[in-house]
Amino acid sequence: MLKTRIIPCLDVADGRVVKGVNFVNLIDAGDPVAAARAYDAAGADELCFLDIHATHENRGTMFDLVTRTAEQCFMPLTVGGGVRSHHDVRALLLAGADKVSFNSAAVANPDVVAEAADRFGSQCIVVAIDAKTVAPGRWEIFTHGGRKPTGIDAVDFARTVTAKGAGEILLTSMDRDGTKAGFNLPLTRAIADAVDIPVIASGGVGTLDHLVEGVTEGHASAVLAASIFHFGTHTIGEAKAHMAAAGIPMRMT
Amino acid sequence: MLTALVDYDSGNLHSAEKAFQRMAAETGAGEIRVTSDPEVVARADRIVLPGDGAFPACRQALDGFGGLFEAIEEGVRVKGKPFLGICVGMQMLTSWGREFRDTAGFDWIGGEVVAIPPAPGLKVPHMGWNDLVIDRAHPVLDGLATGDHAYFVHSYHFRVDDPAHLLAHVDYGGPITAIVGRDNIVGTQFHPEKSQALGLRLIANFLRWKP
Repeated sequence: MLKTRIIPCLDVADGRVVKGVNFVNLIDAGDPVAAARAYDAAGADELCFLDIHATHENRGTMFDLVTRTAEQCFMPLTVGGGVRSHHDVRALLLAGADKVSFNSAAVANPDVVAEAADRFGSQCIVVAIDAKTVAPGRWEIFTHGGRKPTGIDAVDFARTVTAKGAGEILLTSMDRDGTKAGFNLPLTRAIADAVDIPVIASGGVGTLDHLVEGVTEGHASAVLAASIFHFGTHTIGEAKAHMAAAGIPMRMT
Repeated sequence: MLTALVDYDSGNLHSAEKAFQRMAAETGAGEIRVTSDPEVVARADRIVLPGDGAFPACRQALDGFGGLFEAIEEGVRVKGKPFLGICVGMQMLTSWGREFRDTAGFDWIGGEVVAIPPAPGLKVPHMGWNDLVIDRAHPVLDGLATGDHAYFVHSYHFRVDDPAHLLAHVDYGGPITAIVGRDNIVGTQFHPEKSQALGLRLIANFLRWKP
């Protein structure tokens, strides 16, 4: 049986982990490669690097990080942030990413998803959707870190990028991100039920029960979290044990 | 000892190269060389064929490197060198790929590569960790047990004709072929280079294997 995945996400700026990762025995809390190794050893199911200040000038730093991580961690790695075209996808795949995530470029032009999926296969193309509740049961895509509304319905957009060949959706609820109040479950469920590709729930995790709800109520195939793991509130092992106890199939390591 | 990791522009070989290098160092298996050169493949003692993406594109890319497929075929079928196919590289062993259109595979292991049958609530691609059911003991599976997890990401799967060629499967809306093998040939649908300890173990087993 396929297991639900737990994916720690590292926000990276200029080659450093934003806010740091607070692990016992981790000497450099700001080094993404060291953090990746710690999560690999802890039994994380995948890793995600998000380049939050991606600019043309600092791309080389991210490529270097991805390469060094892929040399040491033999586990799946998704990289996002500043991905504009299939050229960026290719460069990140060659650096060692397994999956590459589009965000605002896909909103501006969903055909970039098709171009990349045709070249490299759907299995490595993720679309990150940042959505906010605009009315009960209605969610809209926002770009620029949640500041810029687009008028695009999130569920429609999820269907669009799926048809274009996306292999997975990374769904972040912008009204929950950073609140520790839990995933936006109606949004997560609406999108997970609307498409036949896997959906990763993100944004708002504060407790282990939130991870459970993302799957049981949100119908997500995977759950992504940052601070509860980075700050050492919970380990990956605790999260897996908690989800397994709630009846969710997990890979126990 | 030389192991050729065949590069035919199908996906990223960086992780695979590093994983094979690490296990080659641990097992004393010599050199790992990423190559598109038929002469290097001809000299290699072991051949690994990775692959990501669509079946027809991978087949076309492989045939596009003059003499590369012929060198692999000679090494595997005539000289009996150990061969490992990974993901689409494993699917290539089939008689026919049915993705987008009918494409001939190597036909070293009879069967066809077909879409994972749709089912209500079944997400495709089959993406993530699934637990293996070992169907047949094999030296390359040494130390692997039913219940161990491997990392999969694929939308098509290999339906083998002869159950004797099925070494392991997983359950995803029905049985999905995970490992195939016959003679000096093995193939994994999952990615050993992404499957943490289990994957590294399988790679080490392959590098030691004397079929």
